[in-house]
Amino acid sequence: MEILRCENLRKTFNGSQALTGLSLELPTSGITAIIGPNGAGKTTLLNILTGFIQPDDGRCFFGCREITRLPPHRIVRLGVGRTFQDLRLTLQVSVLENVLVACPNQRGERLLPALLRVGVAADDVRNQAEAIRLLRFVGLEQKGEELAGELSYGQQKLLTLVCCLATGAQILLLDEPVAGIHPEMAARLLDLLRELRDTGKLVVFVEHDIASVRQVADSVIVMDQGNVIAQGPPSEILDRPEIIEAYLA
Amino acid sequence: MPEPARSRSNRPILAINAVATGYGKRQILNDVSLAVEPGEIVALIGHNGAGKSTLLKTVFGLLPVWRGQLILDGKLLQSPNPRELLRAGVAYAPQGNRVFTDLTVHENLVVGGVARPDGGRLEASIKRALDWFPGLGTRLRQRAGTLSGGEKQMLALANALISSPRLLLLDEPSLGLAPPVVSSVMGHIQQISRDSGVAVLIVEQKVHEVLKIAHHVFVLRNGQVSFGGRPQALDDAKLRETYF
Repeated sequence: MEILRCENLRKTFNGSQALTGLSLELPTSGITAIIGPNGAGKTTLLNILTGFIQPDDGRCFFGCREITRLPPHRIVRLGVGRTFQDLRLTLQVSVLENVLVACPNQRGERLLPALLRVGVAADDVRNQAEAIRLLRFVGLEQKGEELAGELSYGQQKLLTLVCCLATGAQILLLDEPVAGIHPEMAARLLDLLRELRDTGKLVVFVEHDIASVRQVADSVIVMDQGNVIAQGPPSEILDRPEIIEAYLA
Repeated sequence: MPEPARSRSNRPILAINAVATGYGKRQILNDVSLAVEPGEIVALIGHNGAGKSTLLKTVFGLLPVWRGQLILDGKLLQSPNPRELLRAGVAYAPQGNRVFTDLTVHENLVVGGVARPDGGRLEASIKRALDWFPGLGTRLRQRAGTLSGGEKQMLALANALISSPRLLLLDEPSLGLAPPVVSSVMGHIQQISRDSGVAVLIVEQKVHEVLKIAHHVFVLRNGQVSFGGRPQALDDAKLRETYF
């Protein structure tokens, strides 16, 4: 898999420094957790890596290719998908339809095939089968026809993961995947992350729940005040006095 | 610190009597009854989908009551709506750090104070809110949409508190907050309740954190109350039985 990395990222919002010259190289496989205090710049980093905001300075690369100024849809096509803290589902349409719109390379999205219906039906059948497979993977296959807005918050979180997977992404950047969900469902979601890792995907997740981080993460990145202050295996990082003092106390 | 046991009076600020509601034709809550006393913190816990957020939305008039009664300060709410409830001293902080993303932090706080009965003391209330959440103080001129998720959550909480409510409805105030901030926010909620007498109905997934500050706890399961009582009565075995 190509390496996702960034060099000297800087970002300021109205005078507040969100990133302060951050350089980082993500692993090519496994599960990596990004932790840090509120306002450390974790989500800003995800937003820049996925093209949702532009840095004031610095560059991002996916393999040899620079992706700094690419729009989000181009970065997704390269295989970097993400979820959001605020979910961003379309609540007024069905669960299945939420997944279908995330499927890539649909010929019906282009004008000519849409008018002539060339290959559109075949795409629809293929995408529908894939969407149902992914919903089954997270245990939502019975919910396909329900409106996304009628799902519980935990189920909506699972649906955002499905939408991310439906893009075909090999790198999954997940923003607080277990926040606000019941412990049983959180345990199930962590199992799913392990399964995804075992299929060769790179899972990177921002999380405040340190118990979850200890359970599944192969490596941990600690951020504070817009930069990386530590990186390594959880057993090495999470018990450091300065990390406990700054973040976990 | 756990609160001492309190005896309940016969005049709750909020009484929910056998309430049923749902979305469209889909019923979520069935025969739910609970009460919140003045100055009391009541925790509402349960699975995702159990109906906790639905109950808060119903109390705040965002969903219709199909059956049952909502009684505020001894008065039956016929068809409650958010404006009426806000004026009656009820504030609601919904799940998911909802703030006005295009306004600055300070503008959000000013908007949060619109419902204050004593508008003249708004700046003093803003100052007090900034004492509770000092991280916001350095970002007053920053657009709220550029705050981190945790900072937005703090702003949403500050907004709910700034209207000096008598009853505060909180939906997962710990969502997106770093561990030390969660404890701090729970401590603030306890202190605010103790100092100002505001009653709090709080939905929370961080069960052990919320039970530290709650006077009473109700567990919702499949749209019904499966436990109601003091947190001390909800030992680990009972918690497993009713919640897990």
